[in-house]
Amino acid sequence: MPAAGIDVGTLTTKAVVLDDGRVLGKCILRSAENAEAGALKALEEALAQAGLKIEDLKGIVVTGAGRKFITFTQKQKTLLSCLAKGANLLVPTVRTVFDVGGESSTVVRVNERGGVEDSIGHDRCASGTGVFLESMAKLMQMPLAEMAKASLLGEHRAEVTSMCAIFAEQEVISHVHRQPPTPKNDIIKGIHGSMAVRIVGLAKRIGIKPEAVLVGGVAQNVGFAREMEIETKIKLIVPPEPQLVAALGAARIALEEKV
Amino acid sequence: MPYFAGIDIGSRGAKGCIIEDGKIVSYFIGDTGPESVKTAWYTFEGTAKPVGLEVKDMTYVVATGYGRVLVPFANENISEISCHAKGAQYCLPSVRTILDMGGQDCKAINVNEKGVVTKFIMNDKCAGGTGRFLEVIASVLGLTIEQIGPVALTSTEKFPFNTVCAVFAKSEALTLLKKGTPKADILAGLHDAIATRCHNLLKRVNIEKDFTITGGISKNTGMVAKMKEKLGLEPVLMEPDPQIAGALGAAVFARERWLAKQGQPPQ
Amino acid sequence: MLANYGYVDGTGDYFIVIDTDKCDACEECLRVCPERVFEVAPDAYGKRVARVRDEVVTKVSYVCPGPRGCYASIDTNCQRVCQPGAIAHTWGVAAAVVEEE
Repeated sequence: MPAAGIDVGTLTTKAVVLDDGRVLGKCILRSAENAEAGALKALEEALAQAGLKIEDLKGIVVTGAGRKFITFTQKQKTLLSCLAKGANLLVPTVRTVFDVGGESSTVVRVNERGGVEDSIGHDRCASGTGVFLESMAKLMQMPLAEMAKASLLGEHRAEVTSMCAIFAEQEVISHVHRQPPTPKNDIIKGIHGSMAVRIVGLAKRIGIKPEAVLVGGVAQNVGFAREMEIETKIKLIVPPEPQLVAALGAARIALEEKV
Repeated sequence: MPYFAGIDIGSRGAKGCIIEDGKIVSYFIGDTGPESVKTAWYTFEGTAKPVGLEVKDMTYVVATGYGRVLVPFANENISEISCHAKGAQYCLPSVRTILDMGGQDCKAINVNEKGVVTKFIMNDKCAGGTGRFLEVIASVLGLTIEQIGPVALTSTEKFPFNTVCAVFAKSEALTLLKKGTPKADILAGLHDAIATRCHNLLKRVNIEKDFTITGGISKNTGMVAKMKEKLGLEPVLMEPDPQIAGALGAAVFARERWLAKQGQPPQ
Repeated sequence: MLANYGYVDGTGDYFIVIDTDKCDACEECLRVCPERVFEVAPDAYGKRVARVRDEVVTKVSYVCPGPRGCYASIDTNCQRVCQPGAIAHTWGVAAAVVEEE
């Protein structure tokens, strides 16, 4: 019997329908004002893709910041445990998961069964989150994806030493106005690099072990992923759909546990 | 009589102060420009020229602040914590607790009756709880930094801000503004959030009277009122201008250092 | 004097606290710290004491993992080697545990 997992995040809501290690249906939507309505909609879309109905499911597990608002299932699990289970399903050798989202970042150390060993993270500081990159993209007047690619062309990271997103903006502005001006791609490499330094600085407190997986909305940023590899000095695996990993883990938990 | 000068190059504001015979002869408050050496010179000239003085008239010069190592005419550099404490206590001999909110940092300092620092803590990474936070909010609300204090005081209902981060507070403020929340109420909530951060910082040192506030923030009547509310202590502000605490302290140190080099104890 | 170097940010308090009255400038902390957090220099009153380097203060929690996670080792970290006991860390608990079940 298949099962489903839903991740109700602050910015996006994700749903996955899983059976026997195969994803049958999935969906990502912008989170609605009404968390429950949004979650149901995401679930229905994923079910439609799978050609199934809610009654066909063994169980549903919900996770994410908005999980407390969901009433149509009793099973709620922490984001950490779902991230760990999801990453472990995709990459059984994973031992460190970096989840870098729009407004928060988390690092989780995982054991061979996908259980959480240690974790660290924050969601009250904009540095080291997608918001930082978005404000930088505005400053550099480029779309995020374009800025990400430009980062790969940079030769040296321009220095962005501030850990605070707001002070870092000022540093970037001085690079732009410098005489002679710092090369644009180097500034961009510096921006992505400083973000990686923050995340890895956080992670070092609990230790980084290979294999490492990068997930969350910012994982698809190629510039950031490259800078993360430089900082961690190990290969980083980015799954094809990094935003769905927690929902996948939730679905796996629903499948494996007695609901 | 010998003249002594103090130059305080902050991340945003550059201040200068000249003393003679223990009294302030002149002071200046300007903006820190992108080039430190130029800033140092125009700060000094802004202080000295109006009273007909030049660098060669100075017996000893001490530099402090963020940009202190790049003041070419300084005889010595001393940390801003020590200079702030020295300057504040020089004007207010009874002061024991100082809160300084600069453009990019926030400091809490305990000073004893001799002007010596006994404890300090500096929040120096995060824009939340600094002058920068207020600038960000002021621009979002379309007000000047001078207006936000008085406007905050007119609030009837403050909105609690859960965040300490200026980036998140900015988007929260924008959302509230779109919903039609009065600016005064938004500002009151934000001032409260910053005051809480400052209070938490102060709790890590000793909160003893007399309490003073230095730096640009001392001119924000809304913040001063909030701090009084949180601490239960009336802040006494130094004359002539709380923004020159660092520069004045540096000048006083200049005098002490010079006297020590002459083999005389400081009076 | 109790000198607190560091900051409070959205995730917690991170301060390395040096008691300059106790510090005797022995430089052991410099020797053991793998991240070069410390330096020894005269303070404003002429006494040579340990302090956290300026470049590190604004990113102390990214450079120093706290005494329990010290990159050297828990047994030879700066707090352990300081004979007068002049060094303390206040390290944000907020970041250590993200959520509980």
